[in-house]
Amino acid sequence: MSVTKAPAAPREPRPDEPPVRQGRPYESARRYARWLPVAPGTVLLLLFLIGPIGYCVYLAFTDLQLTGQANASFVGLDNFTRAFGDEDFVNAVVLTLVFTLVSSIIGQNTLGLTLAALMQRASKTVRTVTGAIVICAWVVPEIVAGFLLYTFFHRRGTLNEVLDFLHLPDQNWLFTLPILAVSFANIWRGTAFSMLVYSAALSEIPDEVTESAQIDGANAWQRLIHVTLPMIRRSIGTNLMLNTLQTLSVFGLIWAMTRGGPGNRSETLPVFMYDQAFNKALIGYGTAVALLLLVVGGLFSVVYLRLMREEV
Amino acid sequence: MTDAPAPAPTPARTSPRARLLAPRTAVTGTPRTPRLTRQRRQRLAADAGLLVMAAAFVVPLLWLVFASLDAKAKLRVSPPSSPTLDNFSAVWTDEITFTPMLNSFLICGSGTLMTMVCAALAAYPLSRYRSRYARPYLLGVLFTTCLPITAVMVPVYSLFVQINLIDTMYGTAFFLATSQLPFAIWLMKNFMDGVPVVLEEAAWTDGANWFQALVRVIVPLMGPGITVVTIYSFIMMWGNFFVPFMLLLDPEKLPASVSIYTFFGNYGVVAYGELAAFSILYSTPVLLLYILISRRLGGGFTLGGGVKG
Repeated sequence: MSVTKAPAAPREPRPDEPPVRQGRPYESARRYARWLPVAPGTVLLLLFLIGPIGYCVYLAFTDLQLTGQANASFVGLDNFTRAFGDEDFVNAVVLTLVFTLVSSIIGQNTLGLTLAALMQRASKTVRTVTGAIVICAWVVPEIVAGFLLYTFFHRRGTLNEVLDFLHLPDQNWLFTLPILAVSFANIWRGTAFSMLVYSAALSEIPDEVTESAQIDGANAWQRLIHVTLPMIRRSIGTNLMLNTLQTLSVFGLIWAMTRGGPGNRSETLPVFMYDQAFNKALIGYGTAVALLLLVVGGLFSVVYLRLMREEV
Repeated sequence: MTDAPAPAPTPARTSPRARLLAPRTAVTGTPRTPRLTRQRRQRLAADAGLLVMAAAFVVPLLWLVFASLDAKAKLRVSPPSSPTLDNFSAVWTDEITFTPMLNSFLICGSGTLMTMVCAALAAYPLSRYRSRYARPYLLGVLFTTCLPITAVMVPVYSLFVQINLIDTMYGTAFFLATSQLPFAIWLMKNFMDGVPVVLEEAAWTDGANWFQALVRVIVPLMGPGITVVTIYSFIMMWGNFFVPFMLLLDPEKLPASVSIYTFFGNYGVVAYGELAAFSILYSTPVLLLYILISRRLGGGFTLGGGVKG
């Protein structure tokens, strides 16, 4: 393993070096040996990530059940046709879309940008305090956040207390609008990330640009639409991407707050998948749902790669 | 939306040209110049807006603090009439606190260690050598950072049952390490690119091999970067609920993220004060670690270029 390396320049200027002259086997063996350090990580990834994904594709086409391994047989597209005819599945898809749209695309994104924009103008003390509080909500473990917001939205919880104080009608949030309650919980938990991304992006906009727009007579709103937003376009793309992927796979928060209930009114796809595989013992069917989630995540990832391409 | 409406400029004092020519920072004029009041008004508006949002965000956190000190904690936020530490002493037992916390430390600690060692080793050739396979490999790694891990958990469960890794702490640690690995490799490679090759060449000249160069020269120079990636991985594992929830069954092996759920979630949550107290105990390590890295990075944390816009 300990191949002493001649002090040659390790970085050739050309990105694609021609293959080494054949006839020096030792030379090429050394060239491969130096890539050995990549092995441990690659093995882990193959075993525990790529392997399961492949297994996921296989399982999705079988009728495997929790009860035993012997009776799994290949059923083709049955799981998928069943899913699209399954009211509960359609409900889960709709709820996942609502959850993603409300909490990630609208909530975290807009709120994060608003916070970042205000922070640029605010005084240092207020900025620090607000930042600390918002980030605290992000760093607290998922399951704790779930419990906290459960108490907040509970029928006898703080939110109704506040509504009473303002003489507004109170609601049994977790019962009547559970999907909105978990969406707001996710906004509470995830806004910090967008805030940090946008703070970094806004701080890179040179003052002169906004100044000159102001001199040309653009009001604040026009400056935002025509100057600021186009300039942080890439950050917005990246942030939306990452937030959406994060939101697609939220399980613990919803599980701690509602367990997908009451009935199935807050059962997003991950919760539905878990429920089918473990409570109804239909591993094959649950995996088919998981595969659909993976495919959606994969498509998003490809878009994300396009955004990040010049980084590699 | 976020701006105070601009007052109509008085044409004499603040024609656009005058405003352009005025140096931006020097506010030497009398405090009656419209320019200054406008800035101040903007700042006050921004402060007010931020404080309103901060108030909305702080409410659930306040409940946590108040309820943990209140022997008769309720669902709503109310300052405890006679603050006590009874809730903390009630959860200060082997079963509720020590065993789960120890499990968490074992699982997340060993997982983080694996992630970091594998990421450092893998990042070295990717950063130092050229090969036509390096770029596709990195793109693949970046691709897997985005996959929703939640979706893989059902097949992982079946797989773990078949290879007898289910309900083992090391199996869980392996999986958690893998789930953080792509991101760690990606960040490590970026940090390593920032270490000049010249220093390594000096080490080689002195007769060090690649491993010695990595351990004695590069890793110490990447100190801050490595600390950030390590702590970030640890925080992610510490807060992860779904993975141990799926892969561990024995109550003795559960980490705090799952034990808090089984212990309090299964009784329809009655002991609010104790729940709050344990939540604080369980959240403290990650909060402290976060403060440590944000200090290190000068207040902001943007994942070291991992999420560049």
